[in-house]
Amino acid sequence: MSKFSSKKSKEIPAVNTASLPDIVFMLLFFFMVTTTMRDLEMLVGVLKPKATEIQKIERKDLTTYIYVGTPNNTESYGSEPRVQLDDQLGLVSDVQAFVILKREEINEKERPKFMVSIKADVNVKMGLISDIKQELRKAQALKVMYSSSPASSAEDLYRSM
Amino acid sequence: MARNKRATPEINAGSMADIAFLLLIFFLVTTTMDVDKGLAVRLPPWSEEPQDESNDIKEKNIFVVLVNANNDLLVEDDYLSIDQLRSAAKDFIDNNGDGTCEVCRGLQLPSSSDNPKKAILSMQNDRGTNYSTYVTVRNELIAAYSELRQDLALRRFGIDYTDLSDESRKEINAFYPQIISEAEPVKIGG
Repeated sequence: MSKFSSKKSKEIPAVNTASLPDIVFMLLFFFMVTTTMRDLEMLVGVLKPKATEIQKIERKDLTTYIYVGTPNNTESYGSEPRVQLDDQLGLVSDVQAFVILKREEINEKERPKFMVSIKADVNVKMGLISDIKQELRKAQALKVMYSSSPASSAEDLYRSM
Repeated sequence: MARNKRATPEINAGSMADIAFLLLIFFLVTTTMDVDKGLAVRLPPWSEEPQDESNDIKEKNIFVVLVNANNDLLVEDDYLSIDQLRSAAKDFIDNNGDGTCEVCRGLQLPSSSDNPKKAILSMQNDRGTNYSTYVTVRNELIAAYSELRQDLALRRFGIDYTDLSDESRKEINAFYPQIISEAEPVKIGG
């Protein structure tokens, strides 16, 4: 009977950690690839509105962002909502040239997919947004996204209004 | 030669994991996974001359939503709250006044829209309207269409609209084309 019973002690063998570096490297590469360095300093505060019918941006590299909100540095720039284009505050009249310049940067073949995402604060008045929209129409940038955060339900949305 | 006999010592790889961990933690911290999401809209092309006002769209085919500077809604000459807007828009689109839409289940009122292909949701806001109100109203109008499409998808194919193939989705979109127009904002208050 004792032929097959092991005579070794019942000690638990140490876990083989030889593949640990491989696992860690795999994770490392994943995060390296997905990382985007935040190179943009936000000059305006933006609290995005909520919505339920939201869509994902298809191509991030073909999207240009326009930030609209109250400047963080109110002592220098005042408390009226301003437009941020890349890393500086601009005027509404600069939007057209900015968008055209951004569109020129991308490959001609993919230019029809060019999109502008407006990241505006909830308290901005529509007058300013409308002016931006007019500028975008003049620049022939007709695909526009109103950046918003997902609302859990419709009731949640009505309450936030 | 004694030199050739000297074996190359193996590199100690014990600290490899530590280095990798260090890098891993760095990238973990700096990663931002925010996928930008939002309401997709298409602006009308710019034209210098003012739009031709004399069009032959019947007034009953236009669902007028007005938003004033106090963020109040006036829908088809009625004061509505935001939670009533979605069902009002659905009733309007699905009305099917002339009976040409075979999938609609509306009330066929003579005073409301002829069919979903002719129905236009028109929205106009004030320059003083809050951006959040505008987005919410716009969201409700899009939601009215997507709820109708979802209902039809369940009736016709028995599955969710989001799970449909591209062709079936096109078929449904042909029944309920999304027509939302925006008028130039007015400046009354704000």
